[in-house]
Amino acid sequence: MLRRRKPEKKPEAETSVPVAVTPTPAAVSVPAAATRPARWSCVDTCCWFIGWICFSWWVLLFLYHAAPASLTQQVTEAISGPMPDPPGALLRKEGVTARHPVVFVPGIVTGGLELWEGRPCAEGLFRKRLWGGTFGEVYKRPSCWLEHMSLDNETGLDPPGIRIRAVSGLVAADYFAAGYFVWAVLIANLAHIGYEEKTMYMASYDWRLSFQNTEVRDQTLSRIKSNIELMVATNGGKKAVVIPHSMGVLYFLHFMKWVEAPAPMGGGGGSDWCARHIKAVMNIGGPLLGVPKAIAGLFSAEAKDVAVAREKAPGVLDSDFFGLQTLPHIMRLSRTWDSTMSMIPKGGDTIWGGLDWSPEEGYDCSDKKKSENVPHTSEEFRVGVDDIHISNVNYGRIISFGKDVAEAPSSNIKRINFRDAVTGNNFAHSNNSCHDVWTEYHEMGREGIQAVADYKSYTTSDVLDLLHFVAPKMMKRGGAHFSYGIADDLDDPKYKHYKYWSNPLETKLPNAPDMEIYALYGVGIPTERAYVYKLAQPAECYIPFQIDITADGGSKNSCLKDGVYNVNGDETVPVLSAGFMSAKAWRGKTRFNPTGIKQYIREYNHAPPANFLEGRGTQSGAHVDIMGNFALIEDILRVAAGATGEELGGDRVYSDIFTWSKKIDLQL
Amino acid sequence: MPILRRRRPAHPPPQIDGPSTSSAASDEKEKPSVPMARKPRWNCLDSCCWIIGCVCSLWWILLFLYNAMPASFPQYVTEAITGPLPDPPGVKLRKEGLSALHPVVFVPGIVTGGLELWEGHQCADGLFRKRLWGGTFGEVYKRPLCWVEHMSLDNETGLDPPGVRVRPVTGLVAADYFAPGYFVWAVLIANLARIGYEEKTMYMAAYDWRLSFQNTEVRDQTLSSIKSNIELMVETNGGKKVVVIPHSMGVLYFLHFMKWVEAPAPMGGGGGSDWCQKHIKAVMNIGGPFLGVPKAVTGLFSAEAKDVAVARAIAPGVLDSDFLGLQTLRHVMRMTRTWDSTMSMIPKGGDTIWGGLDWSPEECYSCISKRKRSNDSIVSQDVKVENANHQPNITNYGRIISFGKDVAEVPSAQIEMIDFRDAVKGNNLAHSNGSCGDVWTEYHEVGWGGVQAVSDYKVYTAGSILDLLRFVAPKMMQRGSAHFSYGIADNLDDPKYKHYKYWSNPLETKLPNAPDMEIYSMYGVGILTERAYVYKRSPSSECYIPFQIDTSADGGHEGYMCAKGWRGKTRFNPSGIKTYIREYDHAPPANLLEGRGTQSGAHVDIMGNFALIEDIIRVAAGATGEDLGGDQVHSDILKWSEKINLQL
Repeated sequence: MLRRRKPEKKPEAETSVPVAVTPTPAAVSVPAAATRPARWSCVDTCCWFIGWICFSWWVLLFLYHAAPASLTQQVTEAISGPMPDPPGALLRKEGVTARHPVVFVPGIVTGGLELWEGRPCAEGLFRKRLWGGTFGEVYKRPSCWLEHMSLDNETGLDPPGIRIRAVSGLVAADYFAAGYFVWAVLIANLAHIGYEEKTMYMASYDWRLSFQNTEVRDQTLSRIKSNIELMVATNGGKKAVVIPHSMGVLYFLHFMKWVEAPAPMGGGGGSDWCARHIKAVMNIGGPLLGVPKAIAGLFSAEAKDVAVAREKAPGVLDSDFFGLQTLPHIMRLSRTWDSTMSMIPKGGDTIWGGLDWSPEEGYDCSDKKKSENVPHTSEEFRVGVDDIHISNVNYGRIISFGKDVAEAPSSNIKRINFRDAVTGNNFAHSNNSCHDVWTEYHEMGREGIQAVADYKSYTTSDVLDLLHFVAPKMMKRGGAHFSYGIADDLDDPKYKHYKYWSNPLETKLPNAPDMEIYALYGVGIPTERAYVYKLAQPAECYIPFQIDITADGGSKNSCLKDGVYNVNGDETVPVLSAGFMSAKAWRGKTRFNPTGIKQYIREYNHAPPANFLEGRGTQSGAHVDIMGNFALIEDILRVAAGATGEELGGDRVYSDIFTWSKKIDLQL
Repeated sequence: MPILRRRRPAHPPPQIDGPSTSSAASDEKEKPSVPMARKPRWNCLDSCCWIIGCVCSLWWILLFLYNAMPASFPQYVTEAITGPLPDPPGVKLRKEGLSALHPVVFVPGIVTGGLELWEGHQCADGLFRKRLWGGTFGEVYKRPLCWVEHMSLDNETGLDPPGVRVRPVTGLVAADYFAPGYFVWAVLIANLARIGYEEKTMYMAAYDWRLSFQNTEVRDQTLSSIKSNIELMVETNGGKKVVVIPHSMGVLYFLHFMKWVEAPAPMGGGGGSDWCQKHIKAVMNIGGPFLGVPKAVTGLFSAEAKDVAVARAIAPGVLDSDFLGLQTLRHVMRMTRTWDSTMSMIPKGGDTIWGGLDWSPEECYSCISKRKRSNDSIVSQDVKVENANHQPNITNYGRIISFGKDVAEVPSAQIEMIDFRDAVKGNNLAHSNGSCGDVWTEYHEVGWGGVQAVSDYKVYTAGSILDLLRFVAPKMMQRGSAHFSYGIADNLDDPKYKHYKYWSNPLETKLPNAPDMEIYSMYGVGILTERAYVYKRSPSSECYIPFQIDTSADGGHEGYMCAKGWRGKTRFNPSGIKTYIREYDHAPPANLLEGRGTQSGAHVDIMGNFALIEDIIRVAAGATGEDLGGDQVHSDILKWSEKINLQL
């Protein structure tokens, strides 16, 4: 800008005759500066420019601070019309007030973790968040961060010399990162009707550990028990309303069994503890039967998003970009976390379907289009526009090698059993440069990898064997803590072991006839359900399997997109997993629910935010964003204030969950 | 700017160069609206921008360098200047093989705990779950009146005003740092973590320190929550009893807790008479004002303490009157008088403990000897107040408030005291003053006559101070009397002492029946501390507090209970709980780099004292008081205690 003036200078200088230049005070005060323009260098320009920006920034900042706090809201309202009152304010006007204490159980990933003891490289991070918050350390010292976030490969507990612990209190999971709320909106709305910290408890736990290990290492389950007892006692015996989210649903299921089990393994609370202390369990987006995403994560450290990112920028995640080898590192890290194994799909083929059938078959991926006519939708929605035949998606085949395999009738698939394949070591140990990037694939050898691909198509039961085959160490650890089957006889004494407590198909609900269980989840978003895989190009250190991005349904409304078969759900948890237990297995008096605890399904149809100003929306059905869904918050507030499921209006269903549940042949 | 000007003589030619300079001037005349023409004229705005730009870029570069350098760099620099730092006690003791054994409980004192907003008026929009107290205190400047409104409690009930809910922050973050960089518990926490402590074995018993102790239970169930958490920690740590570390007012709070937890259910916690025996290994009181602090009196009487009084002398306009219409002191007084907890620290035990008109336990204490040791420049201001080298013997510490220095020093026979108790409280001064309406202080109801009567009484001892406070602040003291008591019990078995208002007064309660428990009294010595005040009447102005401090003096009562009142089996300590006194002599930080020092004895800074931390860690790891070496005394506490004539 300034430089452009240069050519004009000379003519002007010539035309103007030296007029009597009276040295004004101003001129005297800056005469030195006046000498400078002759050598107005690049640095000066830069300085000037930066100064100008800084200055205007300060002015804006000052104005921002001086402006009334409600200004942003006013602007938003002026553009998008008046905002609806938050449910808390609304219900307060109705006279709803705090009654039952509430307990939040956060899910995987959303809870903060902080450092209590570390290696020298983590100096200065004492009691700082390694997980959650800004994630600044991931960029500053990535290898140090990985080292500290990993757990011990054998025990699933702390590696020696490192102690990472869950943040406690409401701050543990109110915001995941700055500005990205998880529980904060719900907390604020509860506070509107009179809740405060003495009546709200965040049951934060180290979500990397297996559930029982949180008790072994941190006594977290005892802590939750004691806090619930305290809250019930100090609130005049009003029972608690528990609100678990995501994996927290499984964690709390585990807790309910633990607390009533006798002392050495359990909490020794007596067989009526739940009946005395819990009014309702309001599961939000609970992966009660697991999520297919967990398989992809454990098998190849990727999900849909990662696979897509990989396609767009092949170099970054795959190989030696900056020498980081991101994906193998992530895989190594996440495979030390026992908790990820809690979300492997449970119930095998009975629930998730076999080679030729699945409960969701016939699901029309395009019909979602009709309900949402807002232009600003997420990418997945644009999948289906033209109509096509849909009924032949084989959701039961959770992993298929190749699109043709995924679509062929089962009789045409030649499967070679991989279970007896020799896991050679001809390729792992030759590769010393990879040794710090530990993945068990290096011990499998070429034959093993080929054998996996030759089996072609995996149903849910096969997938368990597959994981045992490709990650034996991890599954061995997991085998002590989790189980994925269906119980034939729930009274078998073996089911007293804690590894069955988080599997709803192998435990009975507690003996608490007055309790209520809600299944609250979002619907209307395509959700990962089955994958098309391919073998990756051999490289130096690599993960041998990849989601086959090129596999696509061809037409716009196919359920197959980017190598992933989608089904109705909340973007992470398919409807089947979130709703089946409440829709069928627990409904009425069944062997899983011997005292007939009442079940309510509340679905929230996804509506994306109307415009950018709405942030993450108030009608979202997405797995985490649903925590800001006004309808869901209202339901929770009403129950916390004393309402029952009947008063809410009972079930509220948009999806085909009841039809699909009927197709599942489970002995009740 | 200076850099630019200096260059001027160095480059005369371009300046003399007529056409170029004049062109600038004429340009401006001809085309004032065209910005391009202004180019050669490097005007003021441009230089401003230039300088700001320079500073900003420099700042960024420094910031970048700072972030890029290894984290140990500042330490390295410090070590290069001051010699190697001593290992923090946690590291040292870890090398000795100590590890976490007993769970620890922290009980923060007044003021140090954070408070956050849960429900507020319109003006506090956007502050939900933000700290009103602690942290940056940004709101105090941004919306002071709103802040005062929210921090005040109800004048009648001592609980929340309607529509406002301010609640204590919970967890270790409640009081680890008071403001950014100003540690309270953080150093201790970090050192405990070194030997293996973590959140499951450390518990911060945060409470709303504005409320009276029993009200924290009534409103927030804080005492129940402390009980439950201690029980949980004992249970999950294999029955290892807890080590409790109260600081400042937390000491009184925990005394209250110990009585509460064993009292039967409706008023107490119903834990049974052996709860403390079963759950508490040791109570390590840090700087505990067991018998109250004289500072509390002045705080309530005239909303000022030493620091404020000095500030007022330096800048009379700011705090005193209508600066920006804020009337700061009056607002502060109005706010603090709604906080019941401040009344817990009014001196207890009356003249028996604190001395009468003519004697005090500390008489003969020489303030001069302290000066010799503390000839460092960083000693707090107060030392200089006491600069006058007067004969040490004549200080009458017993006279906590004197009107006029002469009155403070003359023998008691010469003081004419006119009893104020019956003085008529006129209302000729309060109600005429409509403009003070929102700044409520009860002084307006006292009236001229009352104010005169108060100053005519001339000298107040600890006993008569209570009457004084009742006279000038009847409403507050009425609230307080339901929660606190300041006397000495004649018969501790009198059933009236079962009431909770006596629980925080060590002279009116028995220690719990827990022979295995230990009580430590840990405090700093070697700093002049406020002990008695000389007051004057302030010139009357529109809305004012009629009394002001003149100077201040010294003393220390933190050790008395452990030195005498509880030592051995006494009536206050029927089961003979062992008591230990650990004094820490104050040594100011050697230089600025040491921050607040590792050998400080100051009330809050002592939390970073390495010797104190080491003692705490040893006890937490299982040591007894004998293992630590028993008493460690620098002051004359044992001698002073002898002089106090208290039936034991």
